This record gives sequence, structure tokens and C-alpha cells, in this order.
Amino acid sequence: MPLSQLPESAIDLGANAADWRAAVRLAGAALVESGSTNPGYADEMIRMIEEHGPYVVIAPGLALAHARPGSEVLADGLAVVTLATPVSFGHPHNDPVSVVLGLASTHAGVHLATIAELANIFNDSSAVSELAGATTAAEVRDILGIPA
Amino acid sequence: MKIITICGAGIGSSGILKVNAERVLGRLGVEAEVTAADIASVASVAADAQVILTSAEFVDRIGKTFADVIVIENFFDTAEISRKLEAALG
Repeated sequence: MPLSQLPESAIDLGANAADWRAAVRLAGAALVESGSTNPGYADEMIRMIEEHGPYVVIAPGLALAHARPGSEVLADGLAVVTLATPVSFGHPHNDPVSVVLGLASTHAGVHLATIAELANIFNDSSAVSELAGATTAAEVRDILGIPA
Repeated sequence: MKIITICGAGIGSSGILKVNAERVLGRLGVEAEVTAADIASVASVAADAQVILTSAEFVDRIGKTFADVIVIENFFDTAEISRKLEAALG
């Protein structure tokens, strides 16, 4: 299962990012730390946003950064970054962003399964603010319902 | 009924829209096939679709279509998705 675990190394709380690119890079760094991707995956996630716009900000305060499955992805994984100071992605309704999720998937099918799980979690509109306010990895896992 | 959800890669936000649209359609009792796709393939995938769900960024690039194009702001807000789908489906 893609969301079967969320190690400490995949969680970065109260991080500082100067802008949206830096915020996405933090998610990329957490995916590297947790063994999900190569460093180049962060560039791919940024390229997706440069190419298609800030649509990854899919709910108020929440960005779902990801790129396609490919050679930069080593294992399915999720990273959770919360920002000390929210940043703007240039989204017309959902800025500023305080929580950045980084998603890496080995196959499109796995990706969709993970996405369905995320939908279950975030359809509860309080999940973003709860995550933004989390101070420990244990709290994050509790909100997302994912073990370490 | 055929509904397409569109995003940049066809596997991220369009997947969320697909999952939540299916939920809403189930509640509304509407039979529909919902497919997530990327913007690059919209012309072929959505050729026979009745509805396209997407975010504002992609509206211009969807181009000419017979489908109703619905812009969703909060992809996790099933009330918003429900309201807009109901309006489009009449």
C-alpha cells in the first residue's frame, strides 16, 4: 500500500521556504531522505507547476506536488512539509499554502490508489489546518492515519 | 454519461477529482464513467464526454469541445462538486 508508512524522514514540520519553488524542493528533499526518489524528482515536480500553473494547490492551503512515475522514482512514497510562513503559489482561490504534500509513485495505478486514500483524508476540511498546526511527526501520522 | 477529469499529469489532482466526482455521482444516483486524463490527451479522451471537470488553469487549453467544462476550486469539497455537477446535469 502506498500510504502504508510515513517515516520521520518524510516529515518536515515548521520549515522555512522563501517561495513556492523552495517549498516544493523541501518536499523533494523529504522524498529523497525517505528513499522514495532521486534528487532530480524535485526538478520534475517544479517543472510540472511551471508548465501547467498552480493547479496543484487543490484545496485552501494545500499543495499536492508530484510528477509522473519515471526513472527518478525509486519507491512509492509521500512526504509532508508544513511551512512556518505560508507561501503563495499564484493560485486564484487557494493561496497561501501552509502544507505541501510530495507524492512519488512507481506506477500510475499506484498513484491513483494513493490519491483515493488522500481524498478520504482531506475531504474532512479540518485536515489541512490540523496538519499545518502539527508539531510532532506522531500528530501528522495520527491525522493522516498512517503508521511510522 | 462520460465524465473526464483533467490535470497536468493525469494522475494527481485529476485523480482526486475522479474519486470525489464518483462519490458525488453515487449520492446523486447518476450512472457515469469517470476517467482521469492529462491535458495533453484531452482532445482524444474527451471527444465523446458530456462533462469535463478541471481547474481554472486548463480551461483555455481544453479548446473546442461539446462537453460542459466545469471548474472546481476546492477538489476536496464534495459539496462544491455536487452543486456544480447538478447544475450541469440539469
